[in-house]
Amino acid sequence: MRQEYLVPAQDFSVAGVASSNLKRLLKQLNIDPLTIKRIMVAVFEAEVNVIAHSYGGRIVCDLEEEKITIQVIDTGPGIPDLDLAMTEGWSTASEQVRELGYGAGMGLPNIKKNCDHLTIKTKAGDHTHITMGFSLKESI
Amino acid sequence: MSDLSLHHSLQVINEACKGCTHCMKRCPTGAIRISKGKAVISADLCIDCGQCMAVCPNHAIRIEQDPLSQLQRFTYRVGIVPAPFFAQFPDTLTVTQVLAALYDIGFTHIYLAETGIDILDVLEAEEKEKPLPLISNFCPAVQRLIQIRYPLLVGNLSRLRSPAQVTAIFAKSELAAFGESLGIFYFTPCAAKIAQFKTEGSEEHRLFDGIINFDTAYNQVSVLLAREKERYASKQAGFTFPHCTRKALRWSLVKGQSSNQKGRALAVDEMHNVIEFLDILEDEQETSLQFLELDACAEGCVGGILTVRNRFLATEQLRHWSTNLPKELPQDLTERILAQKHSFENNLCLDAPQPKQVLGLDKDRSKALQKLEKVDRILAVLPGIDCGLCGCPSCLALAQDVAKSQASLRQCVVLKLKDPKELNSLARIWGERPTAAGGQMDDQA
Repeated sequence: MRQEYLVPAQDFSVAGVASSNLKRLLKQLNIDPLTIKRIMVAVFEAEVNVIAHSYGGRIVCDLEEEKITIQVIDTGPGIPDLDLAMTEGWSTASEQVRELGYGAGMGLPNIKKNCDHLTIKTKAGDHTHITMGFSLKESI
Repeated sequence: MSDLSLHHSLQVINEACKGCTHCMKRCPTGAIRISKGKAVISADLCIDCGQCMAVCPNHAIRIEQDPLSQLQRFTYRVGIVPAPFFAQFPDTLTVTQVLAALYDIGFTHIYLAETGIDILDVLEAEEKEKPLPLISNFCPAVQRLIQIRYPLLVGNLSRLRSPAQVTAIFAKSELAAFGESLGIFYFTPCAAKIAQFKTEGSEEHRLFDGIINFDTAYNQVSVLLAREKERYASKQAGFTFPHCTRKALRWSLVKGQSSNQKGRALAVDEMHNVIEFLDILEDEQETSLQFLELDACAEGCVGGILTVRNRFLATEQLRHWSTNLPKELPQDLTERILAQKHSFENNLCLDAPQPKQVLGLDKDRSKALQKLEKVDRILAVLPGIDCGLCGCPSCLALAQDVAKSQASLRQCVVLKLKDPKELNSLARIWGERPTAAGGQMDDQA
């Protein structure tokens, strides 16, 4: 089953709406709470990234029997140095974003920590496409 | 612990139920449907909060009520009474008079349930684990709500014994000499505590020998005090354990717990506020809060479904009494608690509560996925006005019930009025038989 959520740029008041809606679906699939928690943390971080750094984007969730795949696709401007972005504490967030309590440089590292597979396709000046995979095999 | 089949204390009285949908709309876990014109409560989802009973205009929801004759099974009868019980009576009656009447009803010992808070303090009870934020387990309806609706927060629930449990253990320990002839009875302001006690295998079931509803005891005491006014005017009576501290007496009031926590703490009362708050909390990635006091009833236990007096008056009464109580427990009483310390060794924490996975659409995940998709497609054709006439609390709930084959799309009154033929073909598309298969709606009309 596929579910899509739009994520607007710069609107922090809706941060967490997509991940919260996804959670409601996951609870109906008898997935164990710890796995739901991992998915929630990763998707929330990705959602905030889209709001804080991109020109807007969408979250595409594919729910399958044994795995959940979540793609986060924004419309740019891309990540110039991915290795740096994957470093804990490194952040390009603006002062405005940090004042809201975000931008601690934990976004991508947290995503990596919580998902089973992660691929990131990005290029400076282009869009960013993150694919996160979560295995459901060990649960239940 | 986790696989206990929960007992429920609330029942629908079919003769009185008009199928009006008030309870269905109020139920915090979506446990109620109207079927064949009567409310039906799902045992899997009910948390015994009593909201349905509070909102029913036809008095069609009954709560279990055990008679006081149950006391006769024991020679020595201990009442564990929460302070809000004494706040049920008007100012013209004193605690001494109420106590005297309780002894006359048949109790040999009366302990204040709140004594358990002081006992936990004296014994320096500590949580086994300290999740942040820690959620109080004082309100059993909230604990059940979290187990059902918020599986991600179950790990945050406190595991300390409740004050009433602690007081029961203490009383049993002090009165151990009476052995089997000792019965311990808990006074309850709410349905959730009854359900807890009657759930076989629960700690309450083990510790208490019976449960007495606030209103039952209130009536008995009031009758005695009214009939023999003069006699009670001069009678002397006291608690078996004479004092509790000021903070203990306020424990069941809103902020009674949170105001006594170190660090940042918050109190939320009344079911819809609690739900609004837990929805946010479960999404929250990080929070600075250390402690949460969540009460299902407005104003805490004084707002319980079995209370008699206005909850604001009862709150004021308890606050007023508490000002005369000591901040610290007197030395002799502290020693009296320490003398029973052996009964509490490794006995102050409970097993971790487990989530109850009842929100799933199907035990088999591939079937659950199919049903989830079906819900989406059905929801798209429903009117989305949540009128409740189909017997489900919302269009989403109807869609879920249809996907689970527990309801028929034909129950939708709006679709039926708009275009009955279209509805029939839609129902066929979802695999329902052309006519009588979804007969529920016809019975209701």
